[in-house]
Amino acid sequence: MDYSKGKYYNDPITGELAGIEIKDGGFKHSIPINEEDRHYAEILRQVDAGTITIEDAD
Amino acid sequence: MTKARTNASASPAVGRNMIINGAMNVAQRATSVTGLGANASSLNIPTIDRWKTLLLGDGAGRFTMSQTSDGPNGISANCLKIDCTTADTSIATGERFDIFQLLEGQNVQRIGKGVAGAQQVTVSFYVKASGAFTFGLELFDNTNNRQITKLFNTTTDWVRHEIVFPADVDDGSSPLADSNASALQVGFWLHAGSTYTSGTLNTAAWNNYVNANRAAGIDSIYSSTDNNFFLTGVQLEVGPVATEFEQEDISTTLTKCQRYFQILAKHGLGSSGGNAMVGMAAMYNDTYLTCPLRFPVQMRTHGTLTSGSATGIFRFYRNNSNDVFDDFSTSSARTNYGIEVSNSTDMSGTAGHGGFIETKDAAAVLTIDAEL
Repeated sequence: MDYSKGKYYNDPITGELAGIEIKDGGFKHSIPINEEDRHYAEILRQVDAGTITIEDAD
Repeated sequence: MTKARTNASASPAVGRNMIINGAMNVAQRATSVTGLGANASSLNIPTIDRWKTLLLGDGAGRFTMSQTSDGPNGISANCLKIDCTTADTSIATGERFDIFQLLEGQNVQRIGKGVAGAQQVTVSFYVKASGAFTFGLELFDNTNNRQITKLFNTTTDWVRHEIVFPADVDDGSSPLADSNASALQVGFWLHAGSTYTSGTLNTAAWNNYVNANRAAGIDSIYSSTDNNFFLTGVQLEVGPVATEFEQEDISTTLTKCQRYFQILAKHGLGSSGGNAMVGMAAMYNDTYLTCPLRFPVQMRTHGTLTSGSATGIFRFYRNNSNDVFDDFSTSSARTNYGIEVSNSTDMSGTAGHGGFIETKDAAAVLTIDAEL
């Protein structure tokens, strides 16, 4: 999964932040805002390291 | 008559193996994946459930990882196989390839590690290879960054190794975290550069980790494309004795694995070998298709939903007609017991219409991942 393609997205009904979405290699990944999730934890690590940035939600 | 209550054994007759899927019987994702070895495929679980690969250094070595029906008779029909497909004989300092399983802290409290009364543990496993190699078996305490490694040898025949690790009383202040986070790691080192091999193997007692002391003395699975490595019957138990490998029925093992990963739908799993049911669904408004799914097993945490994504690979049957769409997303209403999957980008329907969703194409798959 290429975390550099990440983009925040909102719940279309409530407008609340729902997660980070990544489209990569024929898949769409919906990553929760949850530090217990390994993908979200890795994204936080790479953002903190300055390796990637996550695009804001539309 | 009342009976005196006794303490449960630290290593009970059933459930003594803290490794999940040690018999390599469950492979929900795939049974074989080729071309692994680049950093990009690191920290994945390519094939057999719960067995993760760590690949660092971007070396030349590549391998195929598979679930292979070549296990030792009477132990398991299946084993994990690593087949080197591209050699790497010029090992850069930071290269690394190991296969490991992460264990939740709440599942390893019986060890009592890091406090007074800590227990020894024994790891047993069946291994063979294409020849004589020396590889490393490491226990790593992820709560306190402490580790210990023992070397083992392979032959071309199945051999059971029974390796006892000392108790880690430490200074009494470093127990394994009692949570759903990763606390203990059981790993097999198959390749490493000098970053991990240039010191003296830390093999006698647990110590705060020093990378150079983690894999000193191991051979490389990448030394030749003739190399294969086979592993099964992995067991971690409390105490200084390796008991016989604990057999487990497939439904129990699958249920344990589903705490970390589940296939919610996959084209080809339908009874006719094609369309597979996703679930009941409804149009919330004219563009928002919602489908709540309840997991068969409560997961470790709120996980990542992965949907196949391609033109028209899912189909919503409703009102004597159907609509196709490309993929699923999920709302903020996700829990560890269920999830709402949805599509709000491809649909044009009628609010209130109910129906059901099926896969339509081989690319249609829907999974949830709460791995450590």
